[in-house]
Amino acid sequence: MVTVKVEFLGGLDVIFDKQRIHMVNVDSSETPTVKDLIDYIVKNMIRNPNDVDVFIENGTIRPGILTLINDTDWELEGGEEYELEDGDVISFTSTLHGG
Amino acid sequence: MSFVPPSDPVNKKQVKVSQLCELCRCRKAIIRRPKNLQKICKSCFFHVFETEIHNTIVNNNLFYRGEKVAIGASGGKDSTVLAYVLKLLNDRYDYGIELVLLSIDEGIVGYRDDSLATVKRNQVQYGLPLEIISYRELYDWTMDEIVACAGVRSSCTYCGVFRRQALDRGSSKLGISHVVTGHNADDMAETVLMNILRGDVARLEKSTAIITQSSGSPIKRSKPFKYSYQKEIVLYAHYKKLDYFSTECSYAPEAFRGTARELMKNLEMVRPSCIIDIIHSGENLVLKPKKPKRTGTPKQMEVRTDGSVSLGFVDGNKCEKCGYLSSNRICKACMLLEGLENNRAKVTLDNDTSTQGTARLTRTLESLKF
Repeated sequence: MVTVKVEFLGGLDVIFDKQRIHMVNVDSSETPTVKDLIDYIVKNMIRNPNDVDVFIENGTIRPGILTLINDTDWELEGGEEYELEDGDVISFTSTLHGG
Repeated sequence: MSFVPPSDPVNKKQVKVSQLCELCRCRKAIIRRPKNLQKICKSCFFHVFETEIHNTIVNNNLFYRGEKVAIGASGGKDSTVLAYVLKLLNDRYDYGIELVLLSIDEGIVGYRDDSLATVKRNQVQYGLPLEIISYRELYDWTMDEIVACAGVRSSCTYCGVFRRQALDRGSSKLGISHVVTGHNADDMAETVLMNILRGDVARLEKSTAIITQSSGSPIKRSKPFKYSYQKEIVLYAHYKKLDYFSTECSYAPEAFRGTARELMKNLEMVRPSCIIDIIHSGENLVLKPKKPKRTGTPKQMEVRTDGSVSLGFVDGNKCEKCGYLSSNRICKACMLLEGLENNRAKVTLDNDTSTQGTARLTRTLESLKF
């Protein structure tokens, strides 16, 4: 089991009880990946099923949401395939709100 | 509501050579720039982001020494980063400009009051003076009242027209003739795309101008973030831990812009440079001159429902009612106000707060299920 810190920023917290920081235990497999984390978030953390589309589009994080793994763009860390480690900070920041 | 900065990561790992920054080659790359797909580290990112904005300012002669400049500040990500970066660049490169934060209070309970709180914190954080102009004092209407009177559907029309004037009037009041806004590359590309999709050729040519000014107006506007990607602005705010407000306006967002935005986000996924490419295309579009109209025949004039007539676009024409720059006899804001005034409740109750937070109420009612 891996425990990571998940942050929802840039207004995304509205679909997570207005809570920006969550400690999440992911234990879906021996080496959980970000993909497993996303599945976990969709299944267990989004209360209102209508809000899933705010977070996910075509099976992955919606364009316009920045995903950072330990402050590094997830594209540079292998994206969904990145293997989570204890203490990792994964942040999701929406860029789609007004300026 | 107070500001909670994003957490710092604690897991430091060994960096592979292939992960190094392509500019300095000594630190771990943390982002891939959407413009050119270059992988760079945090320090280099700060440096290139700031320097590009500096270059945009210098190459376009946006400021002159001694100029007073108002930053249109909403408390959102773009204007917060704009205020921070302009203050920083003004100190670093000694532009010699005087910066003031200018905020508009539309009177939207549960949205603007919260974002203004952010601007007030920015005022302290950056040590810049702040001026707040409200719709209430300018027009004697708040957006909540307007929506209660005219409905949610047209809220963006009213708000947009009024805010444009409010920024001008606010800066005139401060004796400032230059307003900078946080419009970024994504916004501009979106506007270009929207004008193309609508066939709005007249606006298309002007939509990529970095400075906009009409000859009759004392106020010029500019967009120092014209070439800055939204993604990089958000990342900059994130890494610098800037305090910004991020809630969508409580009233319906502009539907058509939403579609154009979605389209652009999808294009950006396939080809990240497309945003800057669209702006480039927009900049180089030159319309062929209109055929001169045949003269001799008596000119037909369009008479609007309120009796005003279009004079064609005459630069520098003034509104008869308020004296604000207008291409027609009566400016758009005065026209909208007149319509509203006719529908204003004849009797008002003391301490009536029913219009406050109309947006919230509407939203709640909409989501109710039986």
